[in-house]
Amino acid sequence: MSVFTIEAFLAILGLALLLVEAFVPQVSRRTIAAASIGGTALALVLFFTAASHAPDSLPSFCRPWMQLDQLALFYKGFFLVITLLVLWLTHECAPYLGKYTLEGRLTEMFSLPLIVCAGMMWMAAAQDLVTVFVALELVTVSFYVLVAFARKSSLALEAGVKYLILGALSTGVLVFGIAWIYGTTGSLSFQGIAAALAKPGIAKAPVLLGAAFLLAGLGFKVAAAPFQSWVPDVYQGAPIPVTTFLSVGSKAAGFVVLTRTVDALLVGHSVIGPEIKGLLLILGSLTVLLGSLPAIYQQSVKRLLGYSSISHAGYLLLALACDDSTRSGMTSSGIVAFYLATYLPMTVLGFVVLAILRLNGGGEDIRDFRGLAKRSPVLGLAMTIALASLAGLPLTAGFMGKLFVFVSLVDQAYWGALVCAAIGAAAGFYYYFRTILAIHSPETSPASEPLKLGTITKACTVVLTLAILVLGLYPKPLQQVLSKPAEVAAKSAH
Amino acid sequence: MSPLEIVILLPILAALAVWLGAPARATSIIATSFCLGVLTLLCVQYHGSTGAELRYTHSIAVLENPAISFAVGADGVSLLLGLLTALVAFAAVWQISPEKPGIYHIASLLIAAGAFGAFLCTDVFFLYAFHELALIPTLLMIALHGHGDDEHRKAVAWKTTVYLGAGSLILLAGLAWLVLEYSGGEKLTFDLTALKAQAATTPLPAAKQASIAFVLLLGFGTLVSLFPLHSWAAPAYASAPTPVAMLHSGVLKKFGLYGLFRIALPLLPQGFQAPWVHQALLFMLLGNILVMGFVTIHQKRLDDVLASSSVMHMGYIFLGLAAGTEIALRGAVLLMFAHGVSIALLFALAGRLRSQLGTLELAKLGGLGAHAPVFTVLFAFGAFASIGLPGLANFAGEVMIFIGSFTQFGTDSFGPLQWTVVLALWGVVMSAVYMLRAYRSIFQGSASTGLFMTDPAIAQRVPMILLAAVLLVAGCCPWLLLGLLKTDLASVTEAASTAVHGAAKAAAGATH
Repeated sequence: MSVFTIEAFLAILGLALLLVEAFVPQVSRRTIAAASIGGTALALVLFFTAASHAPDSLPSFCRPWMQLDQLALFYKGFFLVITLLVLWLTHECAPYLGKYTLEGRLTEMFSLPLIVCAGMMWMAAAQDLVTVFVALELVTVSFYVLVAFARKSSLALEAGVKYLILGALSTGVLVFGIAWIYGTTGSLSFQGIAAALAKPGIAKAPVLLGAAFLLAGLGFKVAAAPFQSWVPDVYQGAPIPVTTFLSVGSKAAGFVVLTRTVDALLVGHSVIGPEIKGLLLILGSLTVLLGSLPAIYQQSVKRLLGYSSISHAGYLLLALACDDSTRSGMTSSGIVAFYLATYLPMTVLGFVVLAILRLNGGGEDIRDFRGLAKRSPVLGLAMTIALASLAGLPLTAGFMGKLFVFVSLVDQAYWGALVCAAIGAAAGFYYYFRTILAIHSPETSPASEPLKLGTITKACTVVLTLAILVLGLYPKPLQQVLSKPAEVAAKSAH
Repeated sequence: MSPLEIVILLPILAALAVWLGAPARATSIIATSFCLGVLTLLCVQYHGSTGAELRYTHSIAVLENPAISFAVGADGVSLLLGLLTALVAFAAVWQISPEKPGIYHIASLLIAAGAFGAFLCTDVFFLYAFHELALIPTLLMIALHGHGDDEHRKAVAWKTTVYLGAGSLILLAGLAWLVLEYSGGEKLTFDLTALKAQAATTPLPAAKQASIAFVLLLGFGTLVSLFPLHSWAAPAYASAPTPVAMLHSGVLKKFGLYGLFRIALPLLPQGFQAPWVHQALLFMLLGNILVMGFVTIHQKRLDDVLASSSVMHMGYIFLGLAAGTEIALRGAVLLMFAHGVSIALLFALAGRLRSQLGTLELAKLGGLGAHAPVFTVLFAFGAFASIGLPGLANFAGEVMIFIGSFTQFGTDSFGPLQWTVVLALWGVVMSAVYMLRAYRSIFQGSASTGLFMTDPAIAQRVPMILLAAVLLVAGCCPWLLLGLLKTDLASVTEAASTAVHGAAKAAAGATH
């Protein structure tokens, strides 16, 4: 069974669920949720068998524009995991989400993520800019619907409009960049672009312009400064599962493409190598600062997680800029993938706790977290570990990710960026720690009754918490998976 | 599996058990007394054996490249500090009164685990990581359950968080720099032994060593409250809940000194040889002793006196490290242990005083000696040890530091180190002034405001008597502890003392 089939299966399942909604409206939400979650879980299992048995089994017609390297496989698994978590979270949140939708229907919330997942999985393997663009649009258009899905809430509508306008604009910018790149290099595939850039005779200015537009368009998707200002509002307005999906899935999808693009742009003797690196360093430093400094003043944890997501994008951009650093055992693309893998459990856990508080009638502010450790010791501990990891404290996953980024920066002697990253980390101590304090505070929030968790919720929380600790204490297996692409890349370069 | 791993992991498991609902007091006492037992046995075994190499080593690779492994191992210094941790942790959890919530026990156990890890790991990554693990509960406990009103407590907690957070980041930067410079070839390693081997074969240029040494001095120094980076410490200890104050001032703070001793001195001997680093260190430690000495004299509350004195005494230990002779280094290690025990005892007693009387203001206290003789004697042990009275543990350490630092002076000059010793000796006088005054105003005279207290019940005396006994035994027979420091200081000392000899000469040369 090919990995490719799994993506097709997900897309077809998503469409089928939409059709069921249209033609058999009496099917209950529970059935649709079960079909969607079950389908994704099945896809995940199939994916692991397929990936371990026949990793490179693309149908021949896809070969020109897709490649199943180690990185693609990693991200495909990543997207399946996050989609599964998001669908589960949607199911958990259904009681309160239903209040904001027409007749309490939520079918699209269960079918569109499947299509998004298929799109992101294609993006992970895409080898040329057109495939990237088509997959990216599949994802973004679905997100337009998802963000504004709670349409009875004005915040959600505001978020939807903002995301739509800025998303459309960034798409335009992206296409414009692709056009310039194609015009100057004569190629749309990453390999072709890299080959053209390595030739000495190429005109520098137009290709730089194209690259800049390309980075700007992708910068919007990953919430990099100065294209980050939509994030807090959209994250706040969108339903929690969608926010989770945006903050982890969409960001990771953006970074797959960025990784491949930057790898192509920075190839060997690329004429625009130094400029692109400088650009990435400046954007990364700016993103870290613009993500972490405003976060100090936030009272809403949902917005806080939004800002946190921006600053993490900054660290990831800085990692991308350290393209030549090999001393930490992984290439920059491996470090980015590693960082995203550590980012998944901690961010999802944060949103899960938010969702549970919300379901129990609480708000999304820091003061609503007061006394959480007393109301539910499990959630209190889980959230503490998640926040410690987001802050980058040792023995958690977050520290490992940051360690790789910092070591690369020192290794490449990018001191300015290092200082910005350190300032961001120090600010992070403050705002994450403030939330931790609230969690363990002896006085409780207005709602003070103990929180009751279902078995599955508890299990998911524990699994995510353990994931944070395991990645922080024993990152070896993951690193081994991720250091393979470097070897593959090295072989193909020779 | 190494016994050291059990010692590190047991308090974490115990904390988890308490969190899950195990009886807090029993669980934490059993866990810490088990650790105490194990470490005592290891110390006895190590004492009787020959050879100074790392013992009880075991390592689990966590990451191939950069090479990070959960590696434990101990020599005499680590064992001594591990023993200190176990002692203080045992006393700290024992004296927590039963009506306090479980988080007191959980926090104490986590701080103990972090300290064990920091002292017993031989991998720079985990050494650092475990210290951070201990910091989090410390800061949380100050912010949530500290003494004083809400506003004050929060302010203190934030100040401490900012200082220690910034200190840790500087430290991390210094350690990362060290690792990047000393890792041979393409592969980074955090293994201390490998780094030492690299440092021995291909040392860094002296100027670079000095820069790294200074960064590490600032990082570790902030954690040990080295002047002028000390201002977080006194308020933090004064408002910290008793077990946290005992564990942080008694044990965790020693991590910075231990780090300098274990990482900075052996890897960067020439760094500390550089006159500017060496003289900066001397200047800063004099600030600790003299400035903080005066500050302490002027304190009006017992908790402030103890907190400031704890900052002040760090100056002596820094002096021992700065001198770098065999005797001074041994004295410094001994004083780390002695200070930890004595300050933990004093904070435990002060905590009891506070909970019984509701105030620690010296002016309001008085005449308690007649009502609580046992308590008074125990306090006297702590206070006199802190002053440095012969017969109690601190005396041996301080005297060794002073002698070890003073023998350093050359035939031709009386260098900065010697002047520092001369000035530092005044600190002993100041210690006597504030400690005796505190003792007098609490225990002698008459209880003017009608504040009375009784001796602790027999069961509650256990931890305090244990600490006092350790002070006495270590003071009368310091060789029991010094025997643990076999020849293992030699490697450090050799490098460091040639370094300091050179520094003194260079300084002398500069003045001529």
